Amino acid sequence: MPNLKSPVALEQLRNHIMTRRPPEQITVSVCGGTGCHAYKCEDVAAALRQELACHPGGRDVVMKVTGCHGLCERGPLMVIHPQGIFYQRVKPGDVPEIVAETVFGGRFIDRLLYTGPGMDAAALREDDIPFYRKQQRLIFGNNGLIDPTSIEDYMAIGGYSSLAKALFAMKPADVIEEIKVSGLRGRGGAGFPTGLKWEMCASAVAHDGARYVICNADEGDPGAYMDRSLLEGNPHSVIEGMIIGAYAVGAGTGYVYVRHEYPLALKNLRTALIQAERYGLLGDNILGSRFNFRIRISVGGGAFVCGEETALLFSIEGKPGNPRQRPPFPARQGLFGKPTVLNNVETWANVPVITGLGGPWYARLGTRNSKGTKIFSLVGKINNTGLVEVPMGITLREIVFDIGGGIPGGKGFKAVQTGGPSGGCLPESLLDLPVDFDRLIEAGSIMGSGGMIVMDGETCMVDVARYFTHFLTEESCGKCVPCREGLDRMLDILTDITEGRGRPEDIELLQELGEAIKSASLCALGRTAPNPVLSTLRYFRDEYDAHIRGGRCPAGVCKALISCSIDTARCNGCGLCARECPQVAITGEKKQAHVIDQGQCTRCGLCKDLCKFDAVVIS
Amino acid sequence: MDAKHLAGQLRPLLSRHRKDRASLVPMLQEVQDTFGYLPREAMMEIAFYLGIPASAVYGVATFYNQFRFTPLGRHPIKVCLGTACHMRGGQLVLEALERELEIKVGEVTEDGEYSLDRVACIGCCVMAPVVVVGDTIEPRLTPFKVEEVLVKLR
Repeated sequence: MPNLKSPVALEQLRNHIMTRRPPEQITVSVCGGTGCHAYKCEDVAAALRQELACHPGGRDVVMKVTGCHGLCERGPLMVIHPQGIFYQRVKPGDVPEIVAETVFGGRFIDRLLYTGPGMDAAALREDDIPFYRKQQRLIFGNNGLIDPTSIEDYMAIGGYSSLAKALFAMKPADVIEEIKVSGLRGRGGAGFPTGLKWEMCASAVAHDGARYVICNADEGDPGAYMDRSLLEGNPHSVIEGMIIGAYAVGAGTGYVYVRHEYPLALKNLRTALIQAERYGLLGDNILGSRFNFRIRISVGGGAFVCGEETALLFSIEGKPGNPRQRPPFPARQGLFGKPTVLNNVETWANVPVITGLGGPWYARLGTRNSKGTKIFSLVGKINNTGLVEVPMGITLREIVFDIGGGIPGGKGFKAVQTGGPSGGCLPESLLDLPVDFDRLIEAGSIMGSGGMIVMDGETCMVDVARYFTHFLTEESCGKCVPCREGLDRMLDILTDITEGRGRPEDIELLQELGEAIKSASLCALGRTAPNPVLSTLRYFRDEYDAHIRGGRCPAGVCKALISCSIDTARCNGCGLCARECPQVAITGEKKQAHVIDQGQCTRCGLCKDLCKFDAVVIS
Repeated sequence: MDAKHLAGQLRPLLSRHRKDRASLVPMLQEVQDTFGYLPREAMMEIAFYLGIPASAVYGVATFYNQFRFTPLGRHPIKVCLGTACHMRGGQLVLEALERELEIKVGEVTEDGEYSLDRVACIGCCVMAPVVVVGDTIEPRLTPFKVEEVLVKLR
């Protein structure tokens, strides 16, 4: 294992790695991201390993399990290089054919190629797929090229060359200047200019010289998993960013604060840290530069509020994560009272790119005040669920329809919610809004960390507002009265509305409470918590009115306001629902239309789920 | 759990950590990994070891969602109620599990076989709604498929 003592040694090692990797090398990548994992990609990988072992030419083929490729909807995914053939929904049973036909025969297997709505022919490569075509995968694209447990894979794509450049060709102040010029803003939610934060930290007085850099990987937003996929798929890019940042501000120790719910991210990160230490990229005298830096891992205990920076610091110190007043900002008084730079996973992953290609290059991407790209997790009622990386300034419509492929089942687009649980729901009329930090705030939402949840005609906006308010009520740390008590009251009111007890004056009360919570809470959790309610009131007022005045839930979601019945024209009396109904609420003669007893029915949805003839109607 | 047995397991575990407040959360995590929950006696021991009030240990333990104070079932079942799962019927799946297991969320069946909890998001939004049984992810569940999942465990 080489302990690299100079930037020249790093380059030599990289050249050595490249000579063993000719461009014509056949490489089969199996996506091992969280999404594909749940589709049992490990069985596909095992079958491939076995098949290659049996094949005479199998030894010359490189097989790797990579991080997330983004198109989780079609997992498990497989890419065969050098041609870049992209297979989707691969099953272990397909593997022998893939090896015989494609790997060694050079022929495609049609049924495994991607086809989608609006496509004339199946796509051969990632670039042919509309999902990828409009993306700009500056940060996330490398995931598909590397085995996250191999530091050599990362070096093969130029990894750690930005670190060498920073350490030997730039002064710390130059690095900060480059980040400032790039216009990079924090990807964790607030969008604070990263270079400015670093400058504050570097210039802060530290009595014993101790400073810290921290990577915030406490990705608590339900429906968001881009940080997870970056840490799982390309941990070295985050580590390299942190080392560069530590050099820029003069920190000797770094922490990565990871959720305990992310075991694979933790595992890959641990492996990567050990490798970086062994290669002389972490520890004392990094690459012979006399710069010393170490990274520790702190495993978060699962509290949403710990994504807030001051709460996170308390958490690492072993205390409950209650946010505190700022100033003093962590850049001046952070972890253990020392100057601390705290950035999100994606922000750190941007740092090597900016250091390598330069701030001015990066600043050409994006809009005036939001530079670069942003990774979103596109989930909910959308055809192409997955992770997408797009240049800032792209419109919501492009993301939802061109990349996401629109709404399944012809139910129609209703809203997209950005920014996690405390983001806002934006309606169809705002689909042409360019996505950047400031425009989203103007529209009553936030960028947040990049969750993007698409809702269709079967989504009840009042129920959605109640859902997020419930989540935030549970996750409020309880320190500020407006957030603790105010959210609780809002939840009571919303529950009343969804259960048919809403009163006309509730709308005004919700609005008043929302404004009070926004203005009188200490941290970002409280200050943004009313967003889901306020934005749905702003854009979907008619749904609230339907619940309160009309006593009905137009989307057919709120149980107290709906009923299940059987369409006698469609029911053929198969009796399946009657046998399975947990309430024994369904009766009927064999081969005769069945009936649901409304008094017994709990609207559990089992019969609708079971019926093969779509005869159960919710109204 | 008998106190002597517990103390025997606890001592080597604690001694691996520095006597520093910042060790508190990692210690609690290790105790939970070992026992499946945080026994009251273990929290007292940790407080003693770190020289901080037991109330401070309990305060931290109850603040973070990860920690539990009762043992898990032999088959721990976690229902994801993240946004994507909620929108695709996670609540109905949870209710179906409550009905089938005859327990409420947060409880353990009388025979100690199953425990039922909810989690905020496990990042498997593609397969929503999902349930995690032990370490296995059960994708795209419906109230009806819940029964199949439970049958597999019996």
